[in-house]
Amino acid sequence: MHFATSRIIRPLLAATLLAAAAGAQAQVTVSNAWVRATVPSQKATGAFLQLQSVQDAKFVSVSSPLTPNAEVHEMAMQGDVMRMRQVQAVDLPAGKVVELKPGGHHIMLMNLKTQVKEGDTVPLTLVFQDKDGKRQTVEVKAPVHGLGSTGHAHH
Amino acid sequence: MIQAVSRRTFMLAGAALAGLPLAGCGLGSKVSFNGTDITGADYGRDFRLTDPHGQEHTLADFKGKVVMVFFGFTQCPDVCPTALARAAEVKQLLGADGERLQVLFISVDPERDTPEILNAYTAAFDPTFLALYGDAARLAETAREFQVIYQKVPTGSSYTMDHTANTYVYDPQGRLRLKLMHNQTSLEYAADVRKLLHAA
Repeated sequence: MHFATSRIIRPLLAATLLAAAAGAQAQVTVSNAWVRATVPSQKATGAFLQLQSVQDAKFVSVSSPLTPNAEVHEMAMQGDVMRMRQVQAVDLPAGKVVELKPGGHHIMLMNLKTQVKEGDTVPLTLVFQDKDGKRQTVEVKAPVHGLGSTGHAHH
Repeated sequence: MIQAVSRRTFMLAGAALAGLPLAGCGLGSKVSFNGTDITGADYGRDFRLTDPHGQEHTLADFKGKVVMVFFGFTQCPDVCPTALARAAEVKQLLGADGERLQVLFISVDPERDTPEILNAYTAAFDPTFLALYGDAARLAETAREFQVIYQKVPTGSSYTMDHTANTYVYDPQGRLRLKLMHNQTSLEYAADVRKLLHAA
């Protein structure tokens, strides 16, 4: 590849340095993660959290030792009907707090290997991708809340 | 099954009768609800489903109580737990009246929702809540009667269910009265239930 002008090289170098720096410090912050408890033999549940990325990025995949099948879904009400669909990525616009919460996006943990009990902790590995395609992995330990939880403090 | 025409007439007559004492209470104004008033509706008249202990139920089993019916499935991470948690809150808000509320959770996913799972699931929200299920044919019949939709949707590794997320509310006489939406609050639900409990 031949870069004709410094207009290309300098920003590219800057982006590379930034990406390298991003590897050292987290670009995406994960907060308030929680997983909804299950009853025995129940095979799926949801995980919720808040994401904030310094720069434009996407949340592209999730995994957990509790299941071979973790996906990101979006819930949408169409009139009276609830519909959920798997999404391949969730956009994280620079600086914006994006909430995965009941009523919107959530992580689906399906084909669970064990019951998830209130008080347990669920390890989640989240992968983010920035505009240059560089990936960042964040490990989270999400506490398990009761089945009826809304995620906030109970009243 | 009772003939549709005569049942409808009966229900309309019943609704008219129920209206009389209410007109005496207020300033002659009709009672208004947060939910959609579907009194006299020619659907959702009854069901015949099985509870997790193998016992069959129809609406008549719950006469004397306000009945709230919700269709869902246990592998639902969002809408169903939210609806049942809200129902539990409604029961709390009603105080002593809460004893005259019966919440029913009808499974739209009989393949995965075994009686054991259903029993544990509703109990996690409130021990008085009752799950009901039927086989595929019975479920289809019930959904038709309630005009609710449900549909299996494949997802990466498994499937999810699209389903109607309304709550259907019956008065203590076993008549379908209200349709409440998923985006309404426990306070709104409780206010309506209280009105139904104290009417006539």
